[in-house]
Amino acid sequence: MSRKFTPKVVTANDLLEGDVIYLAADDRWVRDMKQAEFIEDEAHAQIRLLHAEQQPDVVVGAYLADAALGDDGPEPTHFRETFRTRGPSNYAHGKQEKQAENV
Amino acid sequence: MYKYNDFDDAFLRERTAQFRAQVERRIDGSLTEDEFKPLRLMNGLYLQLHAYMLRVAIPYGTLNSRQMRQLAMIAERWDKGYGHFTTRQNIQYNWPKLRDVPDMLDALADVGMHAIQTSGNTVRNVTSDHFAGAAQDEIEDPRPVAELLRQWSTDHPEFQFLPRKFKIAITGSPNDRAVTRAHDIGLRMVEQDGQPGFEVIVGGGLGRTPMVGKVIRDFLPKADLLPYVEAILRVYNRLGRRDNKYKARIKITVHEKGLETIRDLVEAEFEHTRADFMGFDMQALTQIEKHFQPPAFKQADTAGYEVARAANPAFRAWTDTNLTPHKTDGYAIVSISLKAHGATPGDATAHQMRVMADLAEWFGHDEIRISHEQNVILPHVHKSDLPELYAVLRDAGLATANIGLISDIIACPGMDYCALATARSIPIAQEIAERFDELKLEHDIGPLKIKISGCINACGHHHVGHIGILGLDRAGVENYQITLGGDGTETAAIGERAGPGFSAEEIVPAIERLVHAYLDLRATRDETFLQTYRRLGPQPFKSALYPEAKANAA
Ligand code: SF4
Repeated sequence: MSRKFTPKVVTANDLLEGDVIYLAADDRWVRDMKQAEFIEDEAHAQIRLLHAEQQPDVVVGAYLADAALGDDGPEPTHFRETFRTRGPSNYAHGKQEKQAENV
Repeated sequence: MYKYNDFDDAFLRERTAQFRAQVERRIDGSLTEDEFKPLRLMNGLYLQLHAYMLRVAIPYGTLNSRQMRQLAMIAERWDKGYGHFTTRQNIQYNWPKLRDVPDMLDALADVGMHAIQTSGNTVRNVTSDHFAGAAQDEIEDPRPVAELLRQWSTDHPEFQFLPRKFKIAITGSPNDRAVTRAHDIGLRMVEQDGQPGFEVIVGGGLGRTPMVGKVIRDFLPKADLLPYVEAILRVYNRLGRRDNKYKARIKITVHEKGLETIRDLVEAEFEHTRADFMGFDMQALTQIEKHFQPPAFKQADTAGYEVARAANPAFRAWTDTNLTPHKTDGYAIVSISLKAHGATPGDATAHQMRVMADLAEWFGHDEIRISHEQNVILPHVHKSDLPELYAVLRDAGLATANIGLISDIIACPGMDYCALATARSIPIAQEIAERFDELKLEHDIGPLKIKISGCINACGHHHVGHIGILGLDRAGVENYQITLGGDGTETAAIGERAGPGFSAEEIVPAIERLVHAYLDLRATRDETFLQTYRRLGPQPFKSALYPEAKANAA
């Protein structure tokens, strides 16, 4: 018996910048996981992943990452994905840098 | 040091131009990622967790001030103003943009540097003793041979698709500071009848299956070195397993076939390679050696140095930990710690790189080394210049007096950067260093090597740390496993697993218990952690790590 499907988001790195990106429901690539499409259906997840993989000139290394639905949208469930939403812990670089600029 | 000739320069320019075209084709969509990936890896470009990463080789850890300044410029112009020095004497830039990488490679080529073969199943950057050319115990400077190996292995058509990556380390001293026993090939210079040659070690390696290398030849005359190394590579290239990535390193080949079989095959192959080389390699070596003449050492009075030592306790403490005896009278080898308490091990800002370049130029005969322990070395500084040098270092936040002590921690990038990581390593290193700084215990504890890896690949050399820490993912939580009694020197040993792992919150207190146990157990103040461990075995240390287990058993 196969494992029960857990909800996912499609994530990848931006081809030019390398930054972590997520696939939104309207097909845009977004930098904030909360704006990603929250996928609860396994077949739909595969279709969305294929859609991502067909954009080799935009993204690199697309995969499905586990997610849970929080108040503001999808949230990571594993620490690796949490780090990817943020950046490294030794400097305020990566997404946390941009977040700091926005406030 | 070695200066590129026209051939080297033309080769590099061509490679960079090729890569520039490949990047363009990737961006315009004519190359898929599957097609592009091997090409970018051949040029040292990885994709990590948050960004690309460019790994630049620092051949056998040697730099001059001009190169160091260029590394600083690259960090500022195309990255975030810093670089990370690694355990393989490379520097990594953590934030390059794909479009900028060809420019970065051109800038490197301007100073005779590159990122070729810092990835892939090829012969990687040849690493060496960071005190090479300066150490008191040295038989000969190993770097000409290292440079010969670099030239031979770079773009070597036969060895571009080895079963797996291949790492060579070389030392010219009987005291092994280059961890030669944890490399695919380790070369340790020894003398026989007054002639320098090498003890050749094969099949060492850390990672998933850690192994201490085995001596395949106890004395190889220097003149036979290249044909012999080529013979080893040929045998490995033929026999190494390509069916299973985890069994593909030469350590497994040696382990599965047996050292005797491998030795016989290598010796037989060596008959051919030696004939093929026809002495060209030795002519090349003679040319290379001219680039490695010792600097014109000066003579000066060291009285001022002694006065400064007596007058300034902070300077004295720094000289006690960060200097190593030099082979020339009046000189010292200076280790600049990139391990300020709470800082990221191995990181240097562009400003710090420039300061170190200046110091090398002013006081260090223009020589700089990067150590596998992620520090920077000025190998030739006259003692009379040390007080001034120290003052400049201090102003740049580079005067931490902790070389070889508990806060001089090796840590791989771990899950803060590395896509392969199972846990973070940097924050653990930062916390341990800060904790022991707070306790004001580190000088009392004395020599102690803590090494941290963020996954089983062991880039942080945790297996050969006196205390090793391995970060794992246990059911979605970071978990840290401790190994004890590892040693990366000529008395190499793989550390022994102490028991169940600790959470991120528990690991620093656990290390503290371990160190307190050592302080209680040591026979004298001079008995190091490793000596105490070897005398008593793991048991008392395990009891300190797992007090509950002891209570339960009682
Ligand atoms: S040990 Fe693992 S986590 Fe650390 S740098 Fe190597 S591959 Fe990455």
